[in-house]
Amino acid sequence: MPANRFNGLTDYGIGIGLRAPHYEHILSRKPVVDWFEIISENFMIDGGRPLHFLDQILEQYKVVQHGVSMYFGSAEKPDREHLRRLKALVKRTKTPWLSDHLCWGSVDGRYTHDLLPMPYTFEAAKLTAQKVREVRDFLEVPIAVENVSSYAEFHVSEMTEWEFLNEVVERADCGILLDVNNIYVSSRNHSFDPFTYVNSVPADRIAQIHIAGHSKFQKYILDTHDHPVIDPVWRLYERAIQRAGHTATLLEWDDSIPSFREVHDEAMKANRFLAVTSLAVAV
Amino acid sequence: MTLATLQRDVARAVMQPLARSENMQRTAPGGGSMRSYAARYIKPNDRLTSFERLEIYNRQYWFRLLSSMNEDFPGLRAILGGRQFEAMSKAYLCDCPSRSFTLRNLGARLEPWLRQHPKWMQDKQVLALDMVRLEWADIDAFDGQASPALRAQDLSGTEGPNLRLSLQPYVQLLQLHYPVDDLLLEVKDGDHESTGFASNAFHERKKRHKVRAVAKLKAAQIFLVVHRVDFSVYFRRIGAEQFLLLNALRKGDHLMAAFESAFRKSSMPDTERGPAVQHWFQTWATLGWFCQPGKINVLSRKFAIKRA
Repeated sequence: MPANRFNGLTDYGIGIGLRAPHYEHILSRKPVVDWFEIISENFMIDGGRPLHFLDQILEQYKVVQHGVSMYFGSAEKPDREHLRRLKALVKRTKTPWLSDHLCWGSVDGRYTHDLLPMPYTFEAAKLTAQKVREVRDFLEVPIAVENVSSYAEFHVSEMTEWEFLNEVVERADCGILLDVNNIYVSSRNHSFDPFTYVNSVPADRIAQIHIAGHSKFQKYILDTHDHPVIDPVWRLYERAIQRAGHTATLLEWDDSIPSFREVHDEAMKANRFLAVTSLAVAV
Repeated sequence: MTLATLQRDVARAVMQPLARSENMQRTAPGGGSMRSYAARYIKPNDRLTSFERLEIYNRQYWFRLLSSMNEDFPGLRAILGGRQFEAMSKAYLCDCPSRSFTLRNLGARLEPWLRQHPKWMQDKQVLALDMVRLEWADIDAFDGQASPALRAQDLSGTEGPNLRLSLQPYVQLLQLHYPVDDLLLEVKDGDHESTGFASNAFHERKKRHKVRAVAKLKAAQIFLVVHRVDFSVYFRRIGAEQFLLLNALRKGDHLMAAFESAFRKSSMPDTERGPAVQHWFQTWATLGWFCQPGKINVLSRKFAIKRA
C-alpha cells in the first residue's frame, strides 16, 4: 500500500529533512537519498541563498514539503498571504503531497510559533476538517495531517487523540503523516498505549511516516528532534509499516544537527523494517 | 465553550511573560490565580499539575522567540548589553507579538517600536537605531527578491537624460550616524569564533571585547549599501553623492533628476563629476544592482522604498 491518493500515488522510500548545515555536503558530494523533506516556511521568501540552494536540490532530488504554521486547528481562517506564498512554492517544488500539523497556534492573527494541542471535540474536528479542505482546494495538492507531540490535555475533550485524528481525516478525506515518535512522546506524557494509537488509525490513509529522537525530563518527554531514534519508537515504526506497507519514511533531526553521514545512517536503519515488510508482502 | 474562546484564553496564558525565575507567572492574564486559570482548561496527570503542563508551553514560547531575537539582532544586543536586550525584547514582543507565519519577520516592527520607546536605548539611541536598521537591512538583503538583471537592450531607444534605472529590490540603502557596519562584523566574527568553546573565561573575554568595541565607536556619518554577491550579504560604503544618486533612482527619478539630486550640495569639482559617475555606474552594474524596468513586483517595490 505504498502509493495512495494521499501521497500523490508515489512510492518514495527513506528521506531526510533538508537542513542548512548539510547544503554544501549534499551539493558537493551528491549522496544517494531517495527524497528530501523541506520546511515550507524556510523557502516562502522572495529570493536569496535558500531558494538558490533549493533550486539546485530540485534539479537532482525529489522534494516533499512539510509545513509548521498552517495551523489547521486554529479557529481563524487561513492567512491569505501564507497561502499565496505556499502555492508559489508548491509550483516550484512540484511536491506530490504536502503535510502540516494537526494542531493550532495562532489566535486573532497573532502567532505562537508552537504546535499547540487540540481539544478533541467534534466542533474542533469539523472546523479543522473544513480548513484542510479549503487549503487543499486552494493549493491543488494532496494534504496529509501530522499528529503532534503534546504535553497537555483539555478537560473539554470528547474523544481520544487517535479518534480525533480519524474524525478529522475522514471528514476532510485527507491523508495522515503518522509521526511514530510523536505518538511515543504523547503516550508517555498522557499514559496511553502507543500501539493502540498505531493500530487505530486508518492504514490506507497513511501517506508518510516520521521518525525522530526526543529528550527525557524527570516528569515528561519533550519532542526535540536532537537524538537518534530509540528502540521503542522503532518498534512503533515496525508496527506502522506492517499495517500500512512500505511507506515514505522521513527522519527529522532539527537541533544539535550532526554530520550528514550520521543523519543518513540513522535514517537508513528504517531499511531493517522495510525489508522485512517487503519480504512478508512477497511471501 | 467554543474552540475560538478556548484558544484565545490558552494563547493569552502561553504568551504572557515569564516570571523572573523563568517559570510561569502566578497571576493569570486579567488577574486571579494562574493555578485556577490553568485548571479550568488543562487536565492534570499523575506527575504534573495543570499549571505545570501549561507552563511547558509558556516557557517554550518565550525561549523560542527570545532565541530568534538574539539570532537576528546580535549587534543591538552588544550595544544594549545582554540583560537590557532581553528585557527590551520581552517588552517589544508583548507590544508587537508575531503577526506572520514565519519567525523571519519577528523583528519587522522593532525600529518604529524603539523610536516610540526610547527608554530601552538609554543614552545610546542614535547608535542603537542605526544598528537595528542595519540588522534589518541585512535580513532583507539576504532573502529579498532578485529581479532579472538589466541588459544592454533594455536601454535601447531611451534617451539618456530620461532614462529610469531600477535597483534590485534586495539592495538596501542606509544613511547612518555611526560606523555600525564595522561593529556588526566584529560582533558576528566574535560569535563565530565562539563556536565550539565551552570555557567561561572565553565567553567573558568575548563579552568584554564587545563592550570595548561599542565604547570606542565614535560618531561618523556613513552611507552604506547592503547588498549581496553570490548569495552572501556584503556592506559597501559609498560617498554622499553616490547615496543621493542611488536613492533618487530607487524613488523612480529619471537620470537627469537623479544627477541633480546627487550634486546639488556637492563640493566635487565639475570636471571630476563625469568620470566619477561613469566609474560608479560601471561598479554598480558589475555588482548587479540594476534590474530590468518593470520587473519588480509591487509588494517588493513598496517594501524596498520603505527600507531606503
